Amino acid sequence: MVNAIEVSDISKQFVLRHTRSIKEAVVWLVKGRKGDLSEKFHALKNVSVDVKTGETVALLGLNGSGKSTLLKHISGVMLPDSGTVRTRGRVAGLIEVGAGFHPDLSGRDNVFLNGAILGMTEQQVKDRFDDIVEFSEIGQFIDTEVKFYSSGMYLRLAFSVAVHTDPEVFLIDEILAVGDEPFQRKCIDKIQELARDGKTLVVVSHDLDLVSRICDRGILLEHGNVKFDGPIHEAVSILRA
Amino acid sequence: MSASSPAELTSPGLGGGLRDIRQSGFLLKLLVRKELKVRYRGSVLGLLWSYVKPGVQFVVFYVALGVFLGLERSARNPEGLPNYAVYLFSGIVLINFFSEALGNASRSIVNNGNLIKKIYLPRELFPVASVWVSAVHFFPQLVVLVAGCLLAGWHPSVFQLLAAVAGFVIVGLLATGLGLLFGSANVYFRDSENLVDMLLMVATWASPVMYAWSMVEAKLGSTWFAIYQANPITIGVELFHYAFWFPTTDGTTAMPPNLFTLWTPLGLVIALAIVILGQFTFRRLEGRFAQEL
Repeated sequence: MVNAIEVSDISKQFVLRHTRSIKEAVVWLVKGRKGDLSEKFHALKNVSVDVKTGETVALLGLNGSGKSTLLKHISGVMLPDSGTVRTRGRVAGLIEVGAGFHPDLSGRDNVFLNGAILGMTEQQVKDRFDDIVEFSEIGQFIDTEVKFYSSGMYLRLAFSVAVHTDPEVFLIDEILAVGDEPFQRKCIDKIQELARDGKTLVVVSHDLDLVSRICDRGILLEHGNVKFDGPIHEAVSILRA
Repeated sequence: MSASSPAELTSPGLGGGLRDIRQSGFLLKLLVRKELKVRYRGSVLGLLWSYVKPGVQFVVFYVALGVFLGLERSARNPEGLPNYAVYLFSGIVLINFFSEALGNASRSIVNNGNLIKKIYLPRELFPVASVWVSAVHFFPQLVVLVAGCLLAGWHPSVFQLLAAVAGFVIVGLLATGLGLLFGSANVYFRDSENLVDMLLMVATWASPVMYAWSMVEAKLGSTWFAIYQANPITIGVELFHYAFWFPTTDGTTAMPPNLFTLWTPLGLVIALAIVILGQFTFRRLEGRFAQEL
């Protein structure tokens, strides 16, 4: 088995910037750089993680432990201050469903737009369009503007586009709780099906029961450090302890 | 490119800059289409606004400058410009294209912050899409301009049409380069969109849109005029005058000297240099877009 994701020794500092205008920055420079213009904190400290192709990994931890930041580094949205991140094949995020949706466009237009944002080609979207609509159970409303959708319909359509992008590596951030009970079950079945097909999954969730059903391996983060890396049940029991 | 996965390990988030745009042609097309659909949503006149706004602007300038301030040539005012209406409008459409393109490109990164924070995609797409959308809005104005020219007896040569294309390319490149520059700077300092608004106001008057280039030369002298003339927008506007206005006159009004041998190539070079500078700045700054937005 080859590595799908290699994260080696990455660190990330966030600047809590207090100033947003040139004026304040100039005043600060003129005053001889007195005081700190910005505060910093470590979101990730020397994190190394290798994920093999076909593995299902859960990133666990309390709020602010760096789970989502790590996921953003894997997707390429953020670049590390030091260390390297490397991935194999196409990586797609089910990160915040519907980030690329526009309320004034119809469901159909949004499927195309969001599909393209998630890296699909025109042909791929066309081929999978019927599957996407069927999975979302939107039916006749597909040509309605999405601002008229109920929040459940909106999420279902967005999730449906995301799971049909067919990348090699799936990043899933806190979006498994989508829609009503039957649709949730359908989503989880779909994700388990992806896992069986040998896709690499990296999941961030606070729903510990759910991730123990989907994932085999758990990585526990605390204050930007890897605290535990091993079988999911041990990771969950450490977090619960 | 999926399925067969002896793919190499690559570093995510390091794109190829503007070169990536060609691979993302489909996404660019959809982003442009989205903007066009969303722009005039819920308005009765819809795309007609793209005709109405420059039309009103033109009438205001024509009455104030051409009639009241006497730039139009008439029986009582033989010193004025012949066919001033065509002269004015051919410059206005180009300046409008530039203003809209640069204004929207400068705001494009911040406005799409939600997306940029969550999903990786070549971020150059947003400023480029803004310029593209402006080019689409430019088209109806061009149609109106050509109609006006035809009424005034327009009979352009092929070379004059090529001059219009060159003018458009110079201004389009300049807007793209500055859009990348200010769009990325705007993420860190929101002042830059105000700076752009101010620049755009200056740009309208720093080119011979309302008046003739010869007035500038008479006041400034040759050294300062050369600086004035090196502005790519000035060159673009003069090329548009040469293409649309000049053929409607009797051909006795002088065009700026060396327009084709010196200024047009220089304008292209400056515009390209600004694209490179914009791209360079953008790549330096884009690594931290996600955390700064």
